[in-house]
Amino acid sequence: MYKIIKKEMLNPTVCRMVVEAPRLAKAAAPGQFLIVLTDSKGERIPLTISDYDPEKGTVTIVTQKIGVSSCNIVAMECGDSFAGVVGPLGKASDFMEMPLEELRKEHFIFIAGGVGTAPVYPQAKWLHERGVAVDVIIGAKTGDLLIYKEEMASVCSALHICTDDGSEGFHGMVTALLEKLVAEGRKYTRAVAIGPMIMMKFTTLTCRKLGLPVTVSLNTLMVDGTGMCGACRVSVGGKTRFACVDGPEFDGYEVDFDEAMRRQGQYRTEERQAIENQGRA
Amino acid sequence: MAERIPRVPVREQDPKVRATNFDEVCFGYNEAEATLEASRCLHCKNPRCVGACPVGIDIPGFIARVAQGDFPGAASVIARDSSLPAVCGRVCPQETQCEGSCIMGVRFEPVAIGKLERFVADWTREHPDKAPAPEVAPANGHKVAVIGSGPAGLACAGDLAKMGYDVTVFEALHKAGGVLEYGIPEFRLPKDSVLRHEIGAVADLGVRFETNVIVGRTVSIDSLMDEEGFEAVFVGTGAGLPKFMGIPGENLNGVFSANEFLTRNNLMKAFRPDYLTPIHAGRKVCVVGGGNVAMDAARTALRLGAEVHIVYRRTEAELPARREEVHHAVEEGIVFDMLTNPVEILGDEKGWVRALRCIRMELGEPDESGRRSPVPVPGSEFEIPTETVIMALGTSPNPLIAKTTAGLETGRRGGITADPDGATTRKGIFAGGDAVSGAATVILAMGAGRRAAAAIDRYIRG
Repeated sequence: MYKIIKKEMLNPTVCRMVVEAPRLAKAAAPGQFLIVLTDSKGERIPLTISDYDPEKGTVTIVTQKIGVSSCNIVAMECGDSFAGVVGPLGKASDFMEMPLEELRKEHFIFIAGGVGTAPVYPQAKWLHERGVAVDVIIGAKTGDLLIYKEEMASVCSALHICTDDGSEGFHGMVTALLEKLVAEGRKYTRAVAIGPMIMMKFTTLTCRKLGLPVTVSLNTLMVDGTGMCGACRVSVGGKTRFACVDGPEFDGYEVDFDEAMRRQGQYRTEERQAIENQGRA
Repeated sequence: MAERIPRVPVREQDPKVRATNFDEVCFGYNEAEATLEASRCLHCKNPRCVGACPVGIDIPGFIARVAQGDFPGAASVIARDSSLPAVCGRVCPQETQCEGSCIMGVRFEPVAIGKLERFVADWTREHPDKAPAPEVAPANGHKVAVIGSGPAGLACAGDLAKMGYDVTVFEALHKAGGVLEYGIPEFRLPKDSVLRHEIGAVADLGVRFETNVIVGRTVSIDSLMDEEGFEAVFVGTGAGLPKFMGIPGENLNGVFSANEFLTRNNLMKAFRPDYLTPIHAGRKVCVVGGGNVAMDAARTALRLGAEVHIVYRRTEAELPARREEVHHAVEEGIVFDMLTNPVEILGDEKGWVRALRCIRMELGEPDESGRRSPVPVPGSEFEIPTETVIMALGTSPNPLIAKTTAGLETGRRGGITADPDGATTRKGIFAGGDAVSGAATVILAMGAGRRAAAAIDRYIRG
């Protein structure tokens, strides 16, 4: 179970894996996530689902090396097996519940940042396959860190690239590119932003300025992912919600991003210690 | 009257030593101690202890065999009614059940029924060649799904397997055991030696365990019944959702549910340096609540090196925790701040907890539960400086299964509606344990699982 049947590095720190998880692959929907456990002593790590194939019984996950556990995931090879893969967790994207004729009146703009590009793919694909207008912005620090360019181009009507250093596409942040596209006369009715918490915060501010409703996908701390622990508590519209069961997607306007970012860093001291310990070992 | 043998004391780790490790607190009886303690049983004609046991174990029957040194015989007697004796001997609230009804307790100390049960289970585990072989009926070809591998699910699955059913247990986490695995700490219930063995005994009956399956997400009850051929389903998903107080500051860094704190330490073994999951206790911890979970969280934080206060709005007399846990917590140096209720959690400039603001309480009139309800003393607010706050206020059933199963009704507190045999509002679906009652005890959940197993058998045989 949970065997890695394909692995490729998308850039020096990001890898994509196709993993056997038949029950999960059959049940997965855009917007949901899963939890992996590398080995019996590892952490349970939540990852968004980047693709799923119910026939082959596989799910695709994309991981960036950040801490000890994500490095352990990236270090696994084809043929290795995870100790556990569980999901799909959380709710599917809201748009899946809308009638198609309504959806076809919308024009979606997806704003993807860094490794957050991967979970945008199944959402854009789902909409594009059903004839819904989809534009996608992918942003990264530099051109060589961009991921999912070709895949994304095949599931949207227009793909826009931006990099912080201008090495590829528009020179600037996703927020500046979004403003530029709207200023040029493109009319979007709904935005979905997925990426680092800080990027989602500023994208939400830009969307508010543009009068564009925006959905964000929160990558909070989690342990079980089923509503048991509450590590993923976020304030949404002044109320405490659990990202694992009430989300992971929320109305960006309602999310208290500053609190969410603070809570995300709750184990930073322990994480740094773990990296040091591993360095010594 | 002849001179009475006093209750045989049980050997324990020294409080000073055990406050720094996660090894089991209580060593249990050896053969001589158990035999002596067993000789104290009066073998009442109408044993009140049996009536007070939620699964009706023949207590005088097994104790008589212990007294004779027939430990395998004692194990056989217990096995008729309980599949988790090593667990129950450790975590049951004996003082309100069997031992609370023991006639010896009227004038003397009650017979140490829990410790004797534990002794028999431990002895059996340590003497596998002498353990009684379980009686399993020939396979009858009927498939039953059990959702949740906690006490209710294990008891239900074990009974059904003995009747010849083809049973699969689905567990959402990566390890079986439910609250026994993620909730109860190692120092009360050792995982690898004791819990794994008891779950292994259920697996030996032919029960299959499928972990990492969240029913309601990965599969649905309907797909299990319609596509996978399960004729009946038992829902034993427990009460896993943590409660918070709804006071200001609860989302500050350093505020955890007891579920999170304990899951990190028990299921994920954060206390062991070779495991990767982090845990944060800090130098000082306030645990809010007075039940077993509060005691477990407090004693875990203590072992991680913190100074720990239990903050409880009533008095020590009303603490719902097992008496032994309170006694152990006091011995280990946990400070009890009674008649104290948090009103706000205060943070520093970086958003970390710095203090718990509380109000003093006094006991007023008794409420519906018969306990005197605490009322705040006006103007008595004060601050307890602390780095960490752990909320242990009870848990409620997870709504996922009810939400994803058409026709499965729930009651006022979110529990699945079920009759005493576990039959729900959907044909073929049974439920029991905390998923029905809300948070209660291991043994009550086991009892519910066993009654549901019998009901499922009647249902399938028509």
